[in-house]
Amino acid sequence: MTATILTVDDSASMRQMVSFTLKRAGYTVVEAADGVEALNYARTSTVDLVLTDVNMPNMDGISLVRELRQLQSYKFVPMLMLTTESGQDKKSLGKAAGATGWLVKPFNPEKLLATIEKVL
Amino acid sequence: MSQVKAVAEEVKKQYVSFMLASEQHGVDVVRVQEIKGWDSVTRVPSTPPYMLGVINLRGAIVPVIDLRIRFHLERAPYGSTTVVVVVRVPGERGERTVGLVVDAVNSVHDIAPSSIRPPPSLPGTVDDAFIEGIAVVGGQLMLLLDVQALVTASIEER
Amino acid sequence: MTIDLEMAEIINVFFQESEEGLDAMEAGLLSLEDGSDCETINTIFRAAHSIKGGAGTFGFGEISKFTHAVETLLDQMRNGAREVSADAVQVLLQAVDAMREMVALARGGTPGRTATADTVGERLTALLEEPANPASPRGRPPAETPTAAAAPSPTAPAPAAAPEPPAQKSAVAAVRPEPPAEPAAAGEQTHWRIRFLPHVSLFETCNDPLRMFTQLASLGELKAQAFTQAVPALSEIDPTQCHLSWTLDLYGAVTREALVEVFDWVDSNSSITYEQLDDSAPPVDAAPPAAELPVYPPSAGPCAAPAVGTADQFADVPSVPAPDAVPAGSPLVAPSEASQASAPLSASKANVEASSIRVGTEKVDALINLVGELVITQSMLGRFAEGVDAGRDLELLRRGLAHLARNTRELQESVLKIRMLPISFSFNRFPRLVRELSRRLDKKIELRLRGENTELDKIVLEKIGDPLVHLVRNSLDHGIEAPAARIAAGKSETGVLELNAYHQGGSIVIEVKDDGAGLDRTRILAKARERGLIAEDASLTDEQIYNLIFLPGFSTAESVSDVSGRGVGMDVVRRNITDLGGHVQISSERGQGSTIRIRLPLTLAILEGQMLRVGQETYVISLVSIIETVQPQPNHLHTVTGHAELFKHRDEYLPILRLHEIFGIEPDSRDIADGLLVVAESDGQRVAILVDELQAQQQVVIKSLDRNFKQVPGLAGATIHGDGTVALILDVPSLISTFSVRTTASVGRAA
Repeated sequence: MTATILTVDDSASMRQMVSFTLKRAGYTVVEAADGVEALNYARTSTVDLVLTDVNMPNMDGISLVRELRQLQSYKFVPMLMLTTESGQDKKSLGKAAGATGWLVKPFNPEKLLATIEKVL
Repeated sequence: MSQVKAVAEEVKKQYVSFMLASEQHGVDVVRVQEIKGWDSVTRVPSTPPYMLGVINLRGAIVPVIDLRIRFHLERAPYGSTTVVVVVRVPGERGERTVGLVVDAVNSVHDIAPSSIRPPPSLPGTVDDAFIEGIAVVGGQLMLLLDVQALVTASIEER
Repeated sequence: MTIDLEMAEIINVFFQESEEGLDAMEAGLLSLEDGSDCETINTIFRAAHSIKGGAGTFGFGEISKFTHAVETLLDQMRNGAREVSADAVQVLLQAVDAMREMVALARGGTPGRTATADTVGERLTALLEEPANPASPRGRPPAETPTAAAAPSPTAPAPAAAPEPPAQKSAVAAVRPEPPAEPAAAGEQTHWRIRFLPHVSLFETCNDPLRMFTQLASLGELKAQAFTQAVPALSEIDPTQCHLSWTLDLYGAVTREALVEVFDWVDSNSSITYEQLDDSAPPVDAAPPAAELPVYPPSAGPCAAPAVGTADQFADVPSVPAPDAVPAGSPLVAPSEASQASAPLSASKANVEASSIRVGTEKVDALINLVGELVITQSMLGRFAEGVDAGRDLELLRRGLAHLARNTRELQESVLKIRMLPISFSFNRFPRLVRELSRRLDKKIELRLRGENTELDKIVLEKIGDPLVHLVRNSLDHGIEAPAARIAAGKSETGVLELNAYHQGGSIVIEVKDDGAGLDRTRILAKARERGLIAEDASLTDEQIYNLIFLPGFSTAESVSDVSGRGVGMDVVRRNITDLGGHVQISSERGQGSTIRIRLPLTLAILEGQMLRVGQETYVISLVSIIETVQPQPNHLHTVTGHAELFKHRDEYLPILRLHEIFGIEPDSRDIADGLLVVAESDGQRVAILVDELQAQQQVVIKSLDRNFKQVPGLAGATIHGDGTVALILDVPSLISTFSVRTTASVGRAA
């Protein structure tokens, strides 16, 4: 059974990039454009991994992680933040919110897949 | 021995053949979209005499060229066998769909590329530029048309 | 190099997004003039951040690099570390321009850094090097939750040197001081002793020590020893908590970096020490020394913390509790909660985006085509029903068809609306333009935009942009006076420029109105005479005089400023408008101002057509271009110099166009008095077109001739009749310019 990954990013092109890479590798992908969408999805369905951007309108990635961790079904789902070099301070905030780890943008497809394999 | 084998394994191209003033012509089947019966046409002003006008082909505006006029052949009245061969060729803005009025369509023939000869230069005829080769099919000579060149030249011409 | 088609599409999306993001940045930056607020700065920052991220991901290094500087500057602003000064905003606006250029280059296939980027890049660097002034709190300063260990301080410009709270933070800092005795060469055999003391909450972040150990084991030979002192009694144990710690010995050719990488994610909620030992290391100690765990730093500055949703917003999600209290026996310090912005996200913002999807224009065009077909089919059926005898069933059929006709019409309107966009897309560039121009011209100008939501066809929208810019520039340059002149004229110092858009009938009307000096009749007349554009003795109405400025080469500007006024603009503006099937007209009041009124069809795909017949051929002419149709009286017909035929229409003499001659058709009669004259107008010119008969008026779907054929002078396209035959659409401007004599010079001249 393939793993399902929820990818959250307000940039459609980034979402599509990630989706494209993951689907090619055989994963099932669910996309959300911001934290609110993702949270709404999460309330009714689980996934095996959450990939979220940090800087998003309406609800940022860190808040999303925090909110997701409140859900029973998401207590032990690995969550990775997609941060940029300049977002170093976000990493600790993210950890505090419950994120498993992060991936630094820009990343190449290989790095993405390798990192995902580490947690799934 | 080996030469015969080589010919037998050659990939043949298919041509749609049609008659034009008792001359057999052929067009690469890849270029032929459909064959339509002749119907009325809407004249377009300021166009050469061989440009009969435009027709409605399932919503598309398609120009129609009379090949007899184009090739300076004797004009003949349109009869029951007169058809329009609708071709698609690459053009400036993507593909162009154009109709060619011919006397009658025969059938589709397989022709081996090796049996196509270069056209003899016939002084004074318009055809030269548009004939890409000649072949013998069913005992008859067939003039193979370069439709793309034909269409492009016909449309650009003032 | 071949790129996956899908990748190419994704990159296309990135370009589109970037352009939208740049628009948002510009709008946001402009609004900062009226006072900055955190939300706007954040929005601008996010847009830049996204573009940078995407550019990096998709391989546009130059854009990414350039945007990084922009992002840094914006980050400082949102942290309160830098004041939002007018200068900074100016540079940022220029940066947006530079980015636009580079995105356009990249989109065109030649990505790279532009000269503009270099110039602006230097200014950005200069700004960044200046000492930043911490912002005085503006807008809504969030209430910070002070943490025991940290004092909120503005972030210094160099991000890496942020003052850290006393607790051991070095593990997470971006710049980690490397121990000098690091073996650089990868091949060297090492023995590392790692003490790994995770926080109890380790599992809550789904970090599994086993994963890390597996990774370590792939680097070399691993020996691990676990310590269980902290594990509580079975009855009290919470299996979701981590009470173990480890000492790990790794033998192999391993660098410190490799180790750090393995533990990267858990660095901030564990205590990890790396010790490099010489090979003959004694066996592992007993319990590792107690260590202080890092305290999570609060955000610094008023705007740094991302807006966080609070409980109010999400009714069924409980508010965020503090992390679990540290169980007894653990030496670890509970991490503090990150400070939150006090003001909650306004709930309305959460769902304010209109739900929308992106659809490729080819799909929309295909839809429009199909609906066009539907209209034709319905029309065909309608005609069929007309020709049959009345009967019971036929009545039902007729009713059904009427119904179908209505449905089809409505469907068509809906489909066409898909291609419509609000004119705000075009109006949006004007605040910035007006701002810069008024600065450059040293004039005070207020821009008023009305009717921004008025919708029009996408293509019309795109093509009206440049003409509007020219008209606005004209108004600002020549229309509105300098403040001193305005005061002297008894007006207010600030001139008003109004852009107005509204629907009227089947058209959209756009007005460019200024309260400036108005047009100078006398000067225009003089210039026109000077250039031989009108006869010396010609008498023209005011409207005709004002319309003279649309003639090529016309400019009454005293000095040709680089803003406008080279005289090449107005005729092109009018050409662009008429090419779209529209009209433009000027009205003016000396001393009060001028109004330019542009009328454009709402859609390009459909034409309100008048069918007409010449001989056996039927043509369509756009209803909008018809002034009126008359049955000519012989005494109104004149022949000039034995050649040109003129028709006296009201006070004007119009040239007569014999369609049958132009198109080579056999007409019903060559005698003008036997036919009808259709008075049509285009580009300020009027003609009388001779036809045999007028037929029905109907909406026709415009199909282009040059898809399969080519442009034909005098024809605007073709359409398909209800009976399936093709009808050609007349192009009035082309007919006039190609087949008749220009009559501006003869206007006013008696025959």
